[in-house]
Amino acid sequence: MKIEKLILLLLIAGIPASGCATGPRQALFESQSAVQQRSYQSRTFDTTNKQQVLRSIMATLQDLGFVIDEADATLGSVSATKLDNFELRVTATVRPRGETESLVRVNATNRNGPITNPVTYQDFFVALGKAMFLTAQQVD
Amino acid sequence: MARSTTLGLLLVILTVAGCQAAPEERAMKLPASSLDIRQLQTRRFAEIDEATLLAASAGVLQDLGFNIDESEVELGLIVASKRQSAGDPSVERFMQLLEIFADVEIAVDKEQRIRASLVSWPRRGVDNEYIVRVTFQRVVWNTENDITKRQTLDDPILYQEFFDRLSKSVFLEAQAL
Repeated sequence: MKIEKLILLLLIAGIPASGCATGPRQALFESQSAVQQRSYQSRTFDTTNKQQVLRSIMATLQDLGFVIDEADATLGSVSATKLDNFELRVTATVRPRGETESLVRVNATNRNGPITNPVTYQDFFVALGKAMFLTAQQVD
Repeated sequence: MARSTTLGLLLVILTVAGCQAAPEERAMKLPASSLDIRQLQTRRFAEIDEATLLAASAGVLQDLGFNIDESEVELGLIVASKRQSAGDPSVERFMQLLEIFADVEIAVDKEQRIRASLVSWPRRGVDNEYIVRVTFQRVVWNTENDITKRQTLDDPILYQEFFDRLSKSVFLEAQAL
């Protein structure tokens, strides 16, 4: 009986903590592999018009209730913030890929760190695809 | 047997609760209301070039007391913000009295930062026609310097008023006044 109680206590204290704990090393170099992360954060589009892609990203983010924080046509980046009791910050970058494609990569963070749920990014690319009239292609 | 089941169930619940999905994880799903909101935040301007339209927009934001934080003309973007009192004067006075006479300190909203981002883009296939979309959000701090509100502003009157002013500003800009 006593041991069971002790185990229970340890579980209560230990599990929630281990679920979200991050040390400084982990905070800087996230535990997820970079390859895995890049794959769900990136899509390619069949266009080389960087400016049009950037403008579509901005329009999509506004549709999603974000306020654009900054954009840089030369670097090909857009950052935006959504406030809805929470605070979600997003950065999207556009780079040419091959001769005919553009690669869009987006990463999102909240106050606890990076969003690692692939569904969040999937939602974004669905919305962006609609805005671009092009289907987002999964990066191989 | 029953006890081990309970223990197992608890284990599952705790593991799930330990790193619960945050509401922001579904924040990039296009809401059903997005078309209505887009309409509210958007206006079309004809017979104008983008630089003039952005200059007129910057003028309106300045009229409203905003400072321009960022701009990227190549992408049709202006970002601006302003700080303003968020307190209701009558509430503040009441709280002051409460503090003086009852020695109670209650935090009330004190200051807010309003941010606006305005984006213009050319209409597909139409020369000299642009769409402007503006979005506002604010963060409110109380007298204890804690954040009490983080929100997107969605009052239709706010956007109506902004675009009325922008229409006037565009007219003035075109007349070079």
